[in-house]
Amino acid sequence: MFIKVLTVSQITNYIKKMFEADPILRNISIKGEISNFKHHYSGHMYFTLKDDNARIKCVMFKSSCSNLKFMPEDGMNVIISGSISLYERDGQYQIYVNEMQPDGLGALFAAFEQLKKRLENEGLFDISHKVPIPKYPSRIGVVTSSTGAAVRDIINIISRRYPGISILIVPVLVQGSGASEEIAEAIRLLNIRNDVDVIIVGRGGGSIEELWAFNEEPTARAIYDSRIPVISAVGHETDFTISDFAADLRASTPSAAAELCVPDKKELVYRINACCNSLYSFMSGNIKNIKGTFNQYVNMIRSLNPGMDINRKRQYLDSLYLRAFSLIRHKLDLSREITKKHAANLEALNPLSIITRGYSVAYVSGTKEIIDSVTKVKTGDNIKVLVSGGSLGCVVNNIMEGENNGRKNISKG
Amino acid sequence: MAVKTSVKDNDIKFEEALDRLEEIIGRLQEGHLSLDESLSSFQEGIGLIKICQEKLDNAETKVSLLIKNNDGTTEEVPFQNESE
Repeated sequence: MFIKVLTVSQITNYIKKMFEADPILRNISIKGEISNFKHHYSGHMYFTLKDDNARIKCVMFKSSCSNLKFMPEDGMNVIISGSISLYERDGQYQIYVNEMQPDGLGALFAAFEQLKKRLENEGLFDISHKVPIPKYPSRIGVVTSSTGAAVRDIINIISRRYPGISILIVPVLVQGSGASEEIAEAIRLLNIRNDVDVIIVGRGGGSIEELWAFNEEPTARAIYDSRIPVISAVGHETDFTISDFAADLRASTPSAAAELCVPDKKELVYRINACCNSLYSFMSGNIKNIKGTFNQYVNMIRSLNPGMDINRKRQYLDSLYLRAFSLIRHKLDLSREITKKHAANLEALNPLSIITRGYSVAYVSGTKEIIDSVTKVKTGDNIKVLVSGGSLGCVVNNIMEGENNGRKNISKG
Repeated sequence: MAVKTSVKDNDIKFEEALDRLEEIIGRLQEGHLSLDESLSSFQEGIGLIKICQEKLDNAETKVSLLIKNNDGTTEEVPFQNESE
């Protein structure tokens, strides 16, 4: 029997053709753990994909690497797709990798961290780049799925809180392949317009895989590049995506975003009514003040009137006169009182007052000489006797010496 | 896009009107204005209040959808709230 003897190259080539003839091996997806990862300076990646029982060498050329959304690392679980062939030089079969995705949550988180770090270092999350959300927008752009709870919630809350505003929805895929690019495109479309004041970009809750579009680079870059302020509203309170870091404001949910981007109309109405009240009360207060000041001035001018001066002086004169008058009257009254008193005293001391009590006083007729002794007269003299009510002209009949209270016989002459 | 075609008042934005209104009230509060200035400020304030109230009175939320046509152009259509 004749066995053909082949060269190494020939047999290698034969095996290679076997690989390339198999349709399954031309397009295959394989999952495994990366080890021995080397990123060559040439740009190509070389690594081994392994599981518990076997391992395969892999190469990913630079051209395919540029599509990678994360940097592979040893220990990462990935799913690759590509073809299997033989590298003749080494006599090694290997996978020529076209695409690589993280496999499993751990890998996803690692990819998340990688992208986050890279974009952060580029400055995409810089606070200085963020702009404030306008307080009173007139039109709100919403980038989300046109079906689902998120868009409904946003519309309802905005309508309730600030009816009369305008909302423009740009419907997009919010998960799956191509979603990130659609979201980015939607944001760009809104930025071309000049009637949108703020953009809400987001979706309802889901697993990390379902939210993944908001962790991808096209989304992040479009948000960063947007000159219109962007509110990122992805999932639930505890979900943090790269969009959240790149946006101008993070809302924990789409509903929260709706609350953040419009003011509460009831509150505005209240404020305006308060302004109205303030305005009216200040005006009436001001006018009162002005009137008051005005009246003060009027009074001041009147008081500075020279006529006022004369009147004042007149008034002063009057008051002086009154004072003088009352003082004099007072003095007069006083004098009158004193005089009365003296008169009374005098009266009391008046010797002739005894006459009213029944006594009489005898005078030598024609003189003021009082007959105070029997020796003053002789019989036949004329005497005047003063009694109450008048006087008596009398003649002395006889004189009796002795008793002081003796009676004289008198006859009317 | 529905646009209210009222007087020139519509030119001022709500935010500006509210800011100006609160500024006027602040100045009246200080009390350093002359009577003339007070009166004209008051009138301006009342006018601004009217404008703000008008803008707030608009009670209809307008929701539209931006769709892409086959030729790449976009257009707005009214949005129908689809049920899930």
